[in-house]
Amino acid sequence: MNTTTIVVFLTLFVFVALLGLFGSRWRAGDLSQLHEWGLGGRSFGTLITWFLLGGDLYTAYTFIAVPALMFGAGAAGFFAVPYAALMYPVLFMAFPRLWSVAHRHGYVTAADFVRGRFGHRGLALAIAVTGLVAVMPYIALQLVGMQVVIAALGLDWAVHLPLLGTVSVPLLAAFLVLAAFTYTSGLRGTALIAVVKDILVYITVLAAIIIIPSELGGYDKVFSAVPPQQLLLPPAPEGSLGAGFAYVTLALGSLLALFLYPHSVTGLLSSSSRHVIRRNAIVLPAYSVALALIALLGYMAMAAGVKDMPEYAAGFKSFGNNFAVPALFLHMFPAWFAGLAFAAIAIGALMPASIMAIACGNLFTRNIYKDFINPNCSPQSEARMAKLIAFAAKLGALFFVLELQTAYAIQLQLLGGIWICQTVPAVLLALYVRLDPRALLAGWAAGVGLGTWMVWELGFKSSTYPLHIFGLTVPCYAAVSALLVNLVVSWLLTLILRATVGTPVRDETTAADYA
Amino acid sequence: MYEDKPPRRFHPVYLFLAVPYLAWVWVPFYNRIEPQLFGIPFFYWWQIFGIFLTAACIVPVYLHQEGRGK
Repeated sequence: MNTTTIVVFLTLFVFVALLGLFGSRWRAGDLSQLHEWGLGGRSFGTLITWFLLGGDLYTAYTFIAVPALMFGAGAAGFFAVPYAALMYPVLFMAFPRLWSVAHRHGYVTAADFVRGRFGHRGLALAIAVTGLVAVMPYIALQLVGMQVVIAALGLDWAVHLPLLGTVSVPLLAAFLVLAAFTYTSGLRGTALIAVVKDILVYITVLAAIIIIPSELGGYDKVFSAVPPQQLLLPPAPEGSLGAGFAYVTLALGSLLALFLYPHSVTGLLSSSSRHVIRRNAIVLPAYSVALALIALLGYMAMAAGVKDMPEYAAGFKSFGNNFAVPALFLHMFPAWFAGLAFAAIAIGALMPASIMAIACGNLFTRNIYKDFINPNCSPQSEARMAKLIAFAAKLGALFFVLELQTAYAIQLQLLGGIWICQTVPAVLLALYVRLDPRALLAGWAAGVGLGTWMVWELGFKSSTYPLHIFGLTVPCYAAVSALLVNLVVSWLLTLILRATVGTPVRDETTAADYA
Repeated sequence: MYEDKPPRRFHPVYLFLAVPYLAWVWVPFYNRIEPQLFGIPFFYWWQIFGIFLTAACIVPVYLHQEGRGK
């Protein structure tokens, strides 16, 4: 525990909290309207969207978990890089269409679009519930990222509370800050925080990739510390497509899912025009470069040998490999700079957690409350409901982190990625092709069921399920194989329904809406 | 209400968007140590280069679309 580190950390954290709270005055809008609170009035230009989406997609958990994966598993963890690069051509081509149609019809969520495009409440509900269930453990993992930083700072001050039991005071404080600024400022406050957070992240990454390798004796020393069998993907054994196939399908499945997460949709729809999204597809890869360099921090932690140092033993015991990066920062950086780096991670947890909670609020209010419970609610009560649900989502995440093991959050997050991928035919593909909604619902159910079964078969330890096709072993990311089944079911059933009972088309969108 | 129209005529500039996927699809090509760059094995620097390649491949398509005033 170092006083300088803590003072720098707290100063930055308080500054950001104030920024978030007063964010509502920035380009002030009527925050009693859902699209003003939950989409920042659809007003963000290229630069703010760059910060917002960058902060939204590359979360604190990413910054802790990706290097942790490299630290533990080596080259296989680098799949995050093709994932974070190859999603941009998809963003560039498909999502300006979603922005246009959402702008034309006032859609706030992906499920809004599905309801308008297909006129089928059941399918819209399935998409909304998938989004809610997938994003909740994601919020919980942001709080886990926060816990790791708090532990690294040595702030182990806990109190006993009724209902919640033993609660870390710093975690509780962070939670209150998060809840307060999300409630008062909505997406505006979050966007302001994103600017500060991303600047801190870039400073940290630049310093880390220059200072740490030079202290360790150069990049060749860093890579020579990695066990040779982990430095590359293992060659494919006879009769199998091998780890290389798993690597590519992991990247592919993850990239298809990423922009369909509710918090990504919220970030995308808050931009002021489709041009903003297209320009961002070109400039957002800057974050992917940062991510690749952050991934290499896992190897630097190996080279520095932090795992065998007695002062970090407790951290590794509590958090496993997720402690690799905090330990590396503590070991290599001067005390004040470690404080800055930890602030970057902690704020990097707070900010996406806020967007995720806002996205939950938008989804629940629009696609469950308004569609099924109170169809005649006023715009004011709609916005109020969303704020309350955003708060409830965060409280749920806090409860999750405190009461259940972190392992459950990680497993649910794994499943969440597979489930979100099953919304591809009804959301992403629907921007181009309109299949029958009943067929899409059946495909979605087949994909979710199959994906869940495969991960359950693997004991929730992995998401790469080995398929056996004509004597060939194909290790494939479960999201991708489930999506293939989903697509086949959706397509075939559409053909059958069109040929037999016919399909009434209830589509409120027109071709011109997408341009 | 509408039935989907046939796709617009394909312009070859969109082929640029396939390039990054080709850079990654064949794992045995980049799953190797040599040639190294500043002590970084090929596996790692090729994929970091791939990020720049991806951004660069979107630019001509962007210019094409902006030029048509879309």
